[in-house]
Order: sequence, then structure tokens, then C-alpha cells
Amino acid sequence: MSIRELQAEQISEMVRRLCLRANLELPQDVKAAMQAAESAEPWPLARETLGLLRKNQEVAAQSELPICQDTGMACVFIELGQDVHINGDLRAAVDEGVRRGYQEGYLRKSITGDPLRRKNTEDNTPAFLTVSLAPGSGCRITVAPKGAGSENMSRLAMLKPADGVQGVRDFVLQTVRMAGSNPCPPIVLGVGIGGSFDKCAAMAKHALLRPLDVPNPDPYYAELERDLLRQINALGIGPQGFGGAATCLAVAIEQAPTHVACLPVAVNISCHVTRRASAEL
Amino acid sequence: MQYRLTTPLSKEALAPLRAGDTVLLSGVVYTARDAAHARMEELLEAGQPLPFAIRGAAVYYVGPTPERPGCVIGAAGPTTAGRMDRYTPRLLDLGLACMIGKGKRSEEVKAAVVRNGAVYLAALGGAGALMAASIRSCEVIAWPDLGCEAVRRLTVKDMPLTVLLDAHGGDLYESGPRAYIESLGQGEGT
Repeated sequence: MSIRELQAEQISEMVRRLCLRANLELPQDVKAAMQAAESAEPWPLARETLGLLRKNQEVAAQSELPICQDTGMACVFIELGQDVHINGDLRAAVDEGVRRGYQEGYLRKSITGDPLRRKNTEDNTPAFLTVSLAPGSGCRITVAPKGAGSENMSRLAMLKPADGVQGVRDFVLQTVRMAGSNPCPPIVLGVGIGGSFDKCAAMAKHALLRPLDVPNPDPYYAELERDLLRQINALGIGPQGFGGAATCLAVAIEQAPTHVACLPVAVNISCHVTRRASAEL
Repeated sequence: MQYRLTTPLSKEALAPLRAGDTVLLSGVVYTARDAAHARMEELLEAGQPLPFAIRGAAVYYVGPTPERPGCVIGAAGPTTAGRMDRYTPRLLDLGLACMIGKGKRSEEVKAAVVRNGAVYLAALGGAGALMAASIRSCEVIAWPDLGCEAVRRLTVKDMPLTVLLDAHGGDLYESGPRAYIESLGQGEGT
């Protein structure tokens, strides 16, 4: 078995490019979901609002402006092959890529170096890095800038096992109702069910990386995703919270084994500007 | 109804507005968000003047992206207004006439809007590129150390906005979804 060598600089360069791409253009599946929502929207003000959001995407593309001014926390996910050796400091390389991308792209620097003393780091670092190991010698990098308007409305609960699937449904719907207009609907929901307190939240965030037109591979959870989507879109919150059918574009669930005494559920809300860009090194 | 308004804004000019109406706003708009609001409160506590004349003013809760060379401003959509709620009633009582942002407000803010004949208007959340198109000039007037949170003086032309809270207690975030849900009920009844 041979070890593949990757230079830290290759990672910085790829992260830089992905930061720029993610902030300037929505993924195809998100664009398609927004267009489908606009076509299906029965409420006039909501349809008009969705039309303006489409126009915003066009203006962003024409003028090289970010789609949204909250260019977010740079959430970076790396699936790293076990047979890869990196020459250099991986974390520093990712931060360098974020630094370059956010400077060159005139993207907003939205990170405060300390949560209470609140001084801006001025270059949008550090990245919020998640590395997972995979068999083989690949290196897949995803940059998913995440805005705070929707992040702030996200919630986690340690339910009782007796609460069951109904408890999960109730918690998800309550979270969306409480969020209302704040997270810039139509929203996308990442839901984690099971695991531990920390893994549950991580699953909810990771679920947001799944293309909106791809259901959970387990038919039980795929049906739960469809049911939740239908129930959320019956709430009437609508685009921007002005009322209408299109409150949510997609629900993506990730589930994991958990303790016999636990039923954690986490809901990570994302907005209509659900951004991600991936590439293989 | 659609209204054309120009700053500074009088109570009389704002009185006809109702939640759900649209507004094309022109004139001067000041930007302020979390950190600038905290500093404005410190100034008020110290009995010192604010960085701009508050009476009749419009404040936009926004932290734009940096402008590219030759551009007036970067992307400039609204941030969540609720984070400014704890500072807001005092500013409204001092004469702040118009807030521009997105997301629901506290009961204290709603009461202060009614008490002072003010309005809270929606800019399109997540539409930073589109909202920037109505901004004609941008100048940092206070606290440049706050970066994207510095106070800026914007001049805007026909900025497209929607009335969320009006001076009569109207709230589009309640009435809009309710009207949509009621329309479904009527559909089923016919």
C-alpha cells in the first residue's frame, strides 16, 4: 500500500476557491428547489417574494456580489483518505484558505475571536473544521458558509425514549414555529436524531450538506422527512414570514445509535441561501 | 398600498402605513447593529450625543460585505432585528422613526412603535445583492473599529421595503400567515 502525499498549500488553494464559489452561487439543487417553490406557491405575496429572491441570485451572479451579506462561519468538512499524508499543518492550511478566500472575494469577516470579549478576527478565521477519515487515498473538501440568522434559531433537546417519534415531530415543528420569520424562510432543516448530545448536533449540521433532492437512504426516515416537510409547510409562515406555502424547501435527517436512556434531537436551521461547494483533491 | 417616503420621517408621513403595505424609501438611512447599539446605549448612559440625529431617522440593521473597488457597497441585506430589541424602546422614545430589518420584535418594541408613531419595515432577508442596488452612497461616520458593524450613513433611492409593524399595532408576521391559512380554509369550504 502506498501513501499519497498532499501539500498543505493544495488544501489552502482549494479552500480559497470553494469559499468564493459557495458565496457567489447557490448549488443547483437549492436553485431548483427555490424555482419549484415559486412555481407551486399559491399565495400572491409569497410568489412575488420568491420572485425577488430569484432576482437576487441573478444580481449576485451579474455583479459578483455575495448572495447574502452574511457570508457566514466558514464550515469546512474534509473527508480524508486514511492513505493520505499531508505535508504541513492541516488546520493552518484550511484557515489560510479561508483567509485568502474571504479577503479576495470581498466577503464579510464575521468571526469574533472570543465569545464574550468579542473582538473580530478580521479575516473570518478560524474555520469551523470537521475532519472525517475514510478508506482510500481521496480528499474531499466541502465549504458550507453558515449564516447566523438561521443558526441562532437552531435547537437541541434531550427527549425521553418514551417521547418517541411523536416527540421528535413536536420538537421539530415547535422549533420552526418559534423561529418564524427570523431564519429567512424558505428554510432548509438539518435534523439529527440519536447519538450523544454533541454527535446529535453535529449530525444536524452535516445533514445540511445533503442535496435537497436526495432523501434519507432508510425508507422509514425518508418518510419522516416527507411528513415533517408537509407539516411545516402547513404552518403558513411562508417566504420571509409574510405568509404562504413555501416555509421549508427540504428536511434532511441523520440518525445514529444512542443510549437506551436517550433520545437526543437537534434541529439546525438553514436559510434559502443554503450554500455549499465541494471538490475532490 | 405602496408609499414613497423620504427621510427625515414625520409621524404624519408614517401614520397612513399599515402592515403589509410596501414602501419605496429615499434619503438618508443609518446602519447600526449589535455592537453599535451597545455603544449608543453607553453614550446615552453617559449623557453624550449619538453619532447621528435620531429624531425622524431611519436605522437599517445591516452589516454589509466590503465594497469592491469602484462599488458603493457590498451585499447589504438585513440582519435579525430581534437582537436589537433591548436597546430599541429607548431609541424610539428619543424619536427614532423607522427601523429596517427582518424578523419578529418583542412586545416592548411593538408597544414603543405604537406609542411613538414609528414603523418597522422589512428588507428582504438573504437578498444582500438586491438590497444593495438601491444604495447610492455609503460613508462610515462612527466606530470604524467595528468593521462591518460600524455606523454608516447611506443614501438610498427607492429602497423596496414592506411594513411589518405599523403605528396602529399591525404586525405582518401575525396577519400575513393568518390570512394565508384562512384562504386555505375558504378554499376547502367552497
